[in-house]
Amino acid sequence: MLNKRSKAEWFGDSINVMILGFLSLIMLYPMLYELFMSFSVASQVAKHRGVLLWPLGFTLTPYRLVFAEKTIISGYRNTFFVLSIGLVFNITFTSLGAYFLSRKNVMLFKPVMIMILITMYFSGGLVPTWLNVNNLGLYNTLWALIIPGAINTFNLILLRSYFLSIPDSLLESVFIDGGGHFTALFKVVIPVSLPAMMVMILYYGVGHWNSWFDALIYLRTRDLWPLQMVLRDILIQGTDLDIRGEELINYEQLQETTKAAIVIITTVPILMIYPFLQKYFIAGLMVGSLKG
Amino acid sequence: MANTMKSSAVSLAGKKRNKGKSWTSQFVRNYQLHLFMLIPIAYIIIFNYVPMFGIQIAFKNFSPGKGIWGSPWAGLVHFQTFFKSYQFQRVIVNTLRISIYSLLVNFPLPIVLALMLNTVRNARFKKTVQTVTYIPYFLSMVVVVGMLVQFLNPMTGVYGTVYRLITGSASYPPSIIQKPGSFIHLYVWSGVWQYLGWNSIIYIAALSGVDPQLHEAAQIDGASRFKRILTVDLPAIIPTISVLLILNAGSLMSVGFEKVYLMQNNLNLMQSEVISTYVYKVGLTSGMGNFSYATAIGLFNSIINCILLVLVNWLSKKTSENSTSLW
Repeated sequence: MLNKRSKAEWFGDSINVMILGFLSLIMLYPMLYELFMSFSVASQVAKHRGVLLWPLGFTLTPYRLVFAEKTIISGYRNTFFVLSIGLVFNITFTSLGAYFLSRKNVMLFKPVMIMILITMYFSGGLVPTWLNVNNLGLYNTLWALIIPGAINTFNLILLRSYFLSIPDSLLESVFIDGGGHFTALFKVVIPVSLPAMMVMILYYGVGHWNSWFDALIYLRTRDLWPLQMVLRDILIQGTDLDIRGEELINYEQLQETTKAAIVIITTVPILMIYPFLQKYFIAGLMVGSLKG
Repeated sequence: MANTMKSSAVSLAGKKRNKGKSWTSQFVRNYQLHLFMLIPIAYIIIFNYVPMFGIQIAFKNFSPGKGIWGSPWAGLVHFQTFFKSYQFQRVIVNTLRISIYSLLVNFPLPIVLALMLNTVRNARFKKTVQTVTYIPYFLSMVVVVGMLVQFLNPMTGVYGTVYRLITGSASYPPSIIQKPGSFIHLYVWSGVWQYLGWNSIIYIAALSGVDPQLHEAAQIDGASRFKRILTVDLPAIIPTISVLLILNAGSLMSVGFEKVYLMQNNLNLMQSEVISTYVYKVGLTSGMGNFSYATAIGLFNSIINCILLVLVNWLSKKTSENSTSLW
């Protein structure tokens, strides 16, 4: 029944597919533009008119310049530090909280839950939060990017709803064998919640990778800046890169191709892993929406 | 609370009898459980509730030397100063302008995309379009704004090169980024690029739950494809639409800090200063003494947000028959 299409419907469908195809191309183009730009020769960029549909010539100079840039290297280093240590904090704290909240008959369940839910709707705001972090002595340390954000309430609730779906019998078997909650959490709950753990790692991980605001307000020393702060400095504030070499005549163009190379090398890591993790992201989104 | 404790004690006793466990092992079990919670609770108190108590500086003249509790009370002075200042109207108008424009564009488009994608029969094509459209969501705000700046570069960007191709002139066009009036359009439409695909996911999921028999029945009754979208698909996602609309309407007075701040420059500040960026500038960039003032503005904003959310929720409860509500 559904497979028979009238002429009008066939026509409608074709238009639909064409629009969607065109839309996809538009969505993809800005990424392609950066890619083409990053391989282009500066002198040809200067002469170019019209839409960029392929690299103008081929050169690796922009990439060479990027890797010679000290701030980018230190940015990567700081980001990796925050990412790796931060994830350990995120996952441990969030799992502990989610496990507690997923147990039945625990003491003070309701007040604790309410206390946590309030933080989803109300917060101290920028200045009190900043003062608090400052008072704790975290100002101008990388810990300011790790500790204050260790538990995200939304992620906590998300993980809890996943833990709730684990059958009780699985945990009972641990307790019968004489194990405590510690064993239950680390030997049973976390291993069987692998998809949920992936979602947590992804949500927190992408958060760490993309964040710059905390660095803006908590870090004074440039050497501590994570990658995104360095990027902001170069791509948006327009701080010139330290460029020397053969193509200096087209200085402006070389700046731009190098910026494109920076965009490519900082987004490709995320985009490379993204297709593999796509299903987890969407799974997380769905669990979150059920709760709402 | 006493009840909970009592019931947990009862269940403990019950379990103890059932499994014949010794009291000590029961204790160890639950002692571990409550120890687990101690860490996150301490954490939430320190990083969420301590700042909430810090809000009191909105009603004080905060000085770092005296601390939050020691500073003298000032009453509502900071709120009055804000309401009287020339910035008050500007930041509120800008905030509302940006969020309403954004809502009008960014809310319906994902629904349209989802409905369009839902009629595609080729699963592979559908998947490809989906994947491509939500890639931009994963790019960081810094990179997105950086790309926007590059794109609109009058010399090397697409804007500049296409302008020169069309006009045939050798000179460069005027900068768009620095034109005050263009800020809001760039903000909203680059937002479409970022969020269109991602925001459509939830509708696509809701649409996949539509019973194909409904479509067949409508088809037998002679409904065209377009008619079926309106009468079968659209009603199926109305509940999802209303919940998301409530959420969006509830946050009308909060425009995200990051993108606005990154897109700001001295020339577009008249159009682009919103509450969150103003709070940041007053509180953290202009030296000491303005902590209290910035906190007051922030508190004013979050109170408005809370009222808005409750109001919109109440309205939707009143108006819709099947009572769409957040809580």
